[in-house]
Amino acid sequence: MRTFTLALLAIVLALPALADESQIKLKPAPGVDKVEGNCAACHSLDYIQMNSPFMNAATWDAEVTKMIKAMGAPISDDDAKAIKEYLIKNYGG
Amino acid sequence: MITRRRLLEGASAGAALATMGVPLAEAAIPGLPEGLPAGDRGEAVLEALPGKKPLIKLAYRAPNYETPIEYFKTPITPNDAFFVRYHLSDIPAANDKLIDPKTWKVEIGGDGANGTLSLDLDDLSALPATEVVAVNQCSGNRRGLFSPHVPGVEWGYGAMGCARWKGARLKDVLDKVGLKKEAIEISFNGAEGPAFDKTPDFIKSIPVWKAIEDTTLIAYEMNGAPIPHLNGAPARIIVPGWTGTYWMKHIISIKALTKPQGGFWMKPAYRIPVGKFPIVARFITQEDATSTPITEMVINSLITSHADGGKVKAGSVTIGGIAWDGGYGIRSVDLSTDGGANWLKATLGQDLGRYAFRPFSLALPAKRGKLTVMARATNAIGQTQTATLIFNPAGYHHNVMHSVTLDVM
Repeated sequence: MRTFTLALLAIVLALPALADESQIKLKPAPGVDKVEGNCAACHSLDYIQMNSPFMNAATWDAEVTKMIKAMGAPISDDDAKAIKEYLIKNYGG
Repeated sequence: MITRRRLLEGASAGAALATMGVPLAEAAIPGLPEGLPAGDRGEAVLEALPGKKPLIKLAYRAPNYETPIEYFKTPITPNDAFFVRYHLSDIPAANDKLIDPKTWKVEIGGDGANGTLSLDLDDLSALPATEVVAVNQCSGNRRGLFSPHVPGVEWGYGAMGCARWKGARLKDVLDKVGLKKEAIEISFNGAEGPAFDKTPDFIKSIPVWKAIEDTTLIAYEMNGAPIPHLNGAPARIIVPGWTGTYWMKHIISIKALTKPQGGFWMKPAYRIPVGKFPIVARFITQEDATSTPITEMVINSLITSHADGGKVKAGSVTIGGIAWDGGYGIRSVDLSTDGGANWLKATLGQDLGRYAFRPFSLALPAKRGKLTVMARATNAIGQTQTATLIFNPAGYHHNVMHSVTLDVM
């Protein structure tokens, strides 16, 4: 019903009550900055860990595509490619 | 509050792995089902949200926290242990005017209604109150136990709870505006929203026939108290028998529709393949050739007296748990200690109504060694649980018979 600007989102991220996310540590590898910079705008990154390591190239590709096409995530083609590669390599089976 | 970091203190190897971001082989919470994805077992932590006891955190934002099994030893789930499930990350604060009890309103209308209406909490409370004890279970409860795994929130057993809900009948509210004869669905929108404009808002509908049942409510009380913030304050929709996706939290808009509700959350989300499950309740205006919206819950049960891997003394052990279904009522629960070759009828406990958790228990002989106990519920229309998973790509309706293996000492 309501929408957030990125500025407001930063305030929400600063609230400890619902967003104690700082302890989430994704694997340090090429592309992790693209994942943190794009995916974390809408959801915490534990969704990635939770869905591992059973995902494969096809299912991670489908998931990132769904986030862009169905959920409206404003992710550039270059970033989407880097994110998919990172997820497949680091959180794939 | 117990954090993953704190749990790992003293386990230096584990702590080192955690800081490197390597998924842990061992679960951070003892007793998490082994069937969950390794990454799920590694990142889940016990953590208390405001107003809640420590629950099993699967995701921080949107928040998805499940209830530990120990809270299912009773047929009513305490409010402060009731699971939390959100799709979208913009959740109004408790004092936001959209959901503050002093300023909250729900708007009634739509092209299938004869008029419009705005109700505040006093208006709602002035209508005849109805109470129903009903299970609220996420469609994807136990998704994490699917084999093969499917993407989504990787729930264990606790994306559910049973509460005594009190509120106004949705039917009485709809009668105030009047439904046109062309009305086919009633849609719900809550105050939660997406982070970005382009993300589909979470809007759900149910068929008119379900909306006008006597126990479909706009509830404002849960177990005799105001509904907790993270369970949909100050008012949410209660759809007894149907999965939680229709139980809209923080309800602010209700529309009668003459055309099927569209949007991502009606299709492709929350759908099951046609013909795979023994479902009675249909949602015909949303069906297509291959898929149909999920509707009523499938029959299920859970052993809650003992954790899997628990130790008991030889002699006799009393196994207990809960059973539930889509509202036909539990006829019987049977237990097997030989993998399903022979079954013993358990005693059913307190009957809080056909939509509630139904307790069961039975004393079984226990000889030294391993004892595996499996539970199977049957409902009033003869439906039983499945022995092998009914696979579907979204991971819904997991009702494989639950078992625990005990060490008899």
